[in-house]
This record gives sequence, structure tokens and C-alpha cells, in this order.
Amino acid sequence: MTGSAALSPSECGVFLDAEGKVLRDLPDFALDSETLVALYSMMVTTRAFDAKAIALQRTGRLGTYASSLGQEAISVGVASALSEADVFLPSFREHGGQLWRGVTMQELFLYWGGDERGNDFAGPRHDFPICIPVASQFPHAAGVALGLLHQGAGGVAVAIGGDGATSKGDFYEALNVIGAWNLPAVFVISNNQWAISMPRAEQTRAKTLAQKADAVGLPGEVVDGNDVIAVRDATRQALERARAGQGGTLIECLSYRLSDHTTADDASRYRDDAEVSRHWKAEPLVRLRAHLVAAHGWSKEDEESLLRESRSETETAAERYLATPPQPARAMFEHLYATAPPEIAALAQEMGDD
Amino acid sequence: MTDLTMIDAIRRALSRALEEDPDVILFGEDIGIDGGVFRATDGLMQRFGAARVRDTPLAETVIAGMAIGAAAQGLRPVAEIQFMGFLYSAIDQLANHAARLRNRTRGRLTCPMVLRAPYGGGVRAPEHHSESMEAMLAHIPGLRVVVPSSPARAYGLLLTAIRDPDPVVFLEPKRLYRALKEPVSEDADALPVDKAHLVHEGRDLTIIAWGAMLADARTAAETLTGRGVSPELIDLSSLKPIDRQTIRASVRKTGRCVIVHEAPLTAGLGAEIAADLAEHCLTSLLAPVIRVTGYDTVMPYARLEDRYMPDAARIVAAVQQVMEFA
Repeated sequence: MTGSAALSPSECGVFLDAEGKVLRDLPDFALDSETLVALYSMMVTTRAFDAKAIALQRTGRLGTYASSLGQEAISVGVASALSEADVFLPSFREHGGQLWRGVTMQELFLYWGGDERGNDFAGPRHDFPICIPVASQFPHAAGVALGLLHQGAGGVAVAIGGDGATSKGDFYEALNVIGAWNLPAVFVISNNQWAISMPRAEQTRAKTLAQKADAVGLPGEVVDGNDVIAVRDATRQALERARAGQGGTLIECLSYRLSDHTTADDASRYRDDAEVSRHWKAEPLVRLRAHLVAAHGWSKEDEESLLRESRSETETAAERYLATPPQPARAMFEHLYATAPPEIAALAQEMGDD
Repeated sequence: MTDLTMIDAIRRALSRALEEDPDVILFGEDIGIDGGVFRATDGLMQRFGAARVRDTPLAETVIAGMAIGAAAQGLRPVAEIQFMGFLYSAIDQLANHAARLRNRTRGRLTCPMVLRAPYGGGVRAPEHHSESMEAMLAHIPGLRVVVPSSPARAYGLLLTAIRDPDPVVFLEPKRLYRALKEPVSEDADALPVDKAHLVHEGRDLTIIAWGAMLADARTAAETLTGRGVSPELIDLSSLKPIDRQTIRASVRKTGRCVIVHEAPLTAGLGAEIAADLAEHCLTSLLAPVIRVTGYDTVMPYARLEDRYMPDAARIVAAVQQVMEFA
């Protein structure tokens, strides 16, 4: 293994090892059964959503989809640390975090099924929708942070991007400005070791991605992205600093992309199955389940009932998505401007109600 | 009512917007203590504070991207790109996000931002400082692109652009920044953004121009009037959306049209206007629509700049060609 994934536990924030053994004193929230079960349940639900999304795509009922398999702990851990006043700016593999924030599965299916209404979620109204152009969400987060600073209500902008995003100027420009302006923002790197076919070691000579924060004078830390407790704890501390006016933080979460890049990708063209198999041993659900069983009395019945519920929730959401008729064609013009210029209004009119 | 240059009018509009709306904030490179390289923001940081008039690091992508985030969060950011030649790195943010945010969230998040940029040639600036890339921006659905041609127009259009609920790129013809003064009332009303302006009426042909080219078009129109030709002059003003009704009505009346722009010919905005006239006004046309534009080459350095820019003589020659068409 290469790059930041080779860090030892002492160089990287981690509470639970791959077998679920507790390595150091847990933060307070992680002593609470209800909190841990909520985190675990959301990760299991996210995986169920993922499986259903892929099944729908494979049967022609969903568009190209980016799986979060193996990375569930990152966006769930981050989102679970946020308050309602914070603003979440996801990339395209943060389904779990979006679900935690209150976006519904039906809305996510709509988005990935090719319907803009999936971004008009009823839940966190100020959260940004999924961001496809890599790293371009980080400048938005800087602007959101500026807005939150003006409002003075203590909100923090929290953006997530992949390891690939750290190669882009957008990421660096935004990281630099949140430092220079002391903005309340947290940037999270979901390092899954692959930018489609480009492995982490070939993307940069930097030992860690978190060290890129050094260049702008911000704290940068590395955590085990497969340990939801470590992710949430690092986010919580970064949020506290931001709320106290102490500025931004860069958090690199080490994980592994167990899936193809998207349903349109075939990762066997560029990486070995053996490597993927090795990483299955460190995936985030197993360790938290082991800890729940060992320390919180999580039973086989609890597990089975959770799996049943998450599958049934996913099925229901998928049915609702599939039963949602597409927008009428004129919808493509209806939200272009607040008030449509005459030529746009005319186009909408011509399309009629079909 | 005071006589103002365009740069003064722009500063006054920014100042009024900052006074009227606490959500208005300004940011860009050197706009604070330095007052902007053209002094558009001179004194504003001192007056409104460094929290509302902010110097950014030298980074155009994040200037545009931050404006999007701040706008989505309810602010009314007016961001400055120092010269249009440096706007290329902001196009990703404009096209992929600013122009789409309302649409892709079905109106949940909006982007009421203004991106100001000095544009065009004619001031002997270094290379990369004299570009006219308005057609690239006008090609992006969801944006508004506005170009003032006079101090009063700059004042009124900038106020409207800042109040607009959608993203506006506001291009300032820097050749006109200090070229002329005109009376601008302190409480002048905002001007409509989506409208072309009929500068003066005529019978024989329509000349369409915008920004600094309007000055040359005016000079040409005076010469032509002296020669017994009656030109109608239109300031396009809104490059996106284009006020097609005003243009068509004019050309239906005059039957002839010359379009003037500083940007290169190929795929310039003149092509869009000419195509629109061919589609909608063919039976009114008495002559081909002619474009007087910059050439299809890289903007030359200062010593050849004047040879590149369309001028009154080229406009007059084109009009004569159109008038003599049998």
C-alpha cells in the first residue's frame, strides 16, 4: 500500500481497529449506545441504498451511479457531527451524509435517475446538491462560509471531495482563502486511493493529502476514514474551532473504493482483485458491528431487524421513485431565471404540458 | 445631477448598493485599500469596512466560486475580475454552477451575484488585458451578460444587475472609463437589464453596437448623416438575453443592418444577430447584413491595436457597401 494509507495508527486518528478493538479512550458521544446504533444503522442503510441503486442501474432504471461502498463511514461520520445551521456541500459519493442530513432516498434516486427535482430536497434547504465537477464545490464552501460569517449565527460550511480533488487548483485556492480570511469552513478529503484509474501514489508526491493544509497555514489531520468514530470526532473538533472563530481545518479520511468508480467503470482494467480483497478486511461496517456486539449488546436479532428495515426502506423509496412521472418538457426552461426572458418563456409555452 | 465619468458612475452605483442593502458585499483583487486598479472601488473599503469590501487572494476561480456560495447563502456579492483576460479561469464556475444553480435545484438555491470585469481594447494595455470574450459568456444558458456604453447606462444597469435575482456578468468597456462625462443623477432609476436601447432613430439602416464600439458607431452615424444617410443606432446593452424584438422591429423598418463588435468575427455575437434577422426579417431586408468586427486573430499587442479595432471609417465603409447594394 502507498501514500497516506501506509500511516500507522499513531500518525492517524483512529479509535476502532479493523476488528473493532478499541485502541484508545473513546470520545463521549461514542460511549452512548443510541448514538453508535444510529451511526451504524445509517451506514447499513447507505449500503442497502447503494446496492439498490446499482441494481436499478443494471436493469436500466437508473442513470450512471457512483457507489459509496466502503466509504460509508466518512460522510455519515461528518454529517452526524453537523448541526442544522451548518451547510453541507457534498461531492458525488456522500449518499450516507446526505441521508443523515435529511435528504430522502427517493430524492437521491430521482437525482441519479436524471431528474433535477432530486436536488430540490425538502430536508436541509441550504445544503448544496451533489457536485460533479471535481473540487469545484470547495470555492462554494468558502463563499457559504463567508455568508455564514455575515449571518453571525455560528454556522460552518463543510465540504467533502475525493483524493483526486486535491490535485485541482479549485481545492487549493479555496483552502487558501478560508485560511487567509479565517472563514468558518471544514474541508474533508474522502481519500479512497483512486481517482478513477489513477492511484493515490501517482497523484502527488505528498506523503499525506492533509499536509496540503500546511501550505496555507491551516491544521490538517489524517484520520482512519473507515472508523466512523474517528471521522465524527475529528469533524466535531474542527467544527468547534470554526465556531470559536479559530478558522478552518482540512481532514483527510483514509478509506478505499471497494466499488468501481461508477457503474460506467470497470476497475478490473487497472487494479488487482487481490488489492480490493485485502481492503475488504478493513471496511467500516464490520468493525463498528463488532464493537456494538462486544460493548453494547448488539444481537443477531438487532442486526437482522436492521437489515430488514433498511432493505424495506430502500425498496419503498425505489418504488416511489419509479412511480414518479418525469417532469413535463417545459420544466427544462422553468427554473433557468427567476423571471424568464421572452424567448425562454416562449420556448416553455411551445413545449406545452407533455 | 453631476457630470460623471463611467468609472465614477460605477463607483457611485456600488456605493449606493452597499448603502441600500446590507447583504451587498464586494470582493476582488486590490479592490480594498487600493480601490481597484481602475479605482472603481476607491474609498469604498474605508467607508463600508473591510468586512464588506474585501481584498481576495489572487485567485480568479475562487473569486467566482465564492460569489456563488455567498449568493446561495443570501448575500448579494459583487465580485471583480481585474481584467477580462483573466476571466477564463472563472468560466468553469460560471458555466457549471452560477448559471445552473437555480435550474438544478428547481429554484431551491439561487445565485444573485454580479461578476464585474473591465473588457475590450483601446487603452494600450499589456497582452491578456484587452480581450472581448463576450460571446463565450453569452453562449451560457442561465447567465445575463450586460455591457454599458455610457456613464448613465453604467450606473443604472449596475444597480439593476446587483438587484437581479440571477447571476449577471457586467462587462465594463475600459476604453470608456474616463473617455466621457455625462450627467448622472444620484437617485437615477435602475435601468432594465434585458433591453436594447434605441440611441437615435433613422430611416435607412440600423447600426447595432455595444460597449466602446458605440462611440465609434456614433461618430460614423454623424459622418453618414452629413452624407445624407439616415442611420438608426441601437445599443445592444444586454448581450444575454438579446432583445430580439427591438432589433427586429428596427430592421423591419430600415431594411438594412450593420453590426459592430470588437471581438473576432467567427462565432461572435454578430453572427447570432445576423442569423436571427435572416430567420425573422428576410422579406424586409434590402441588403445583406454586414458585420464590422475585430479580425479572426489574437488581439495584437499595443502597437498594432488600432489596426485591429473597428473604427468609424470601417463602419462608414460597411454602411456605404450596404447602401449601394442593388
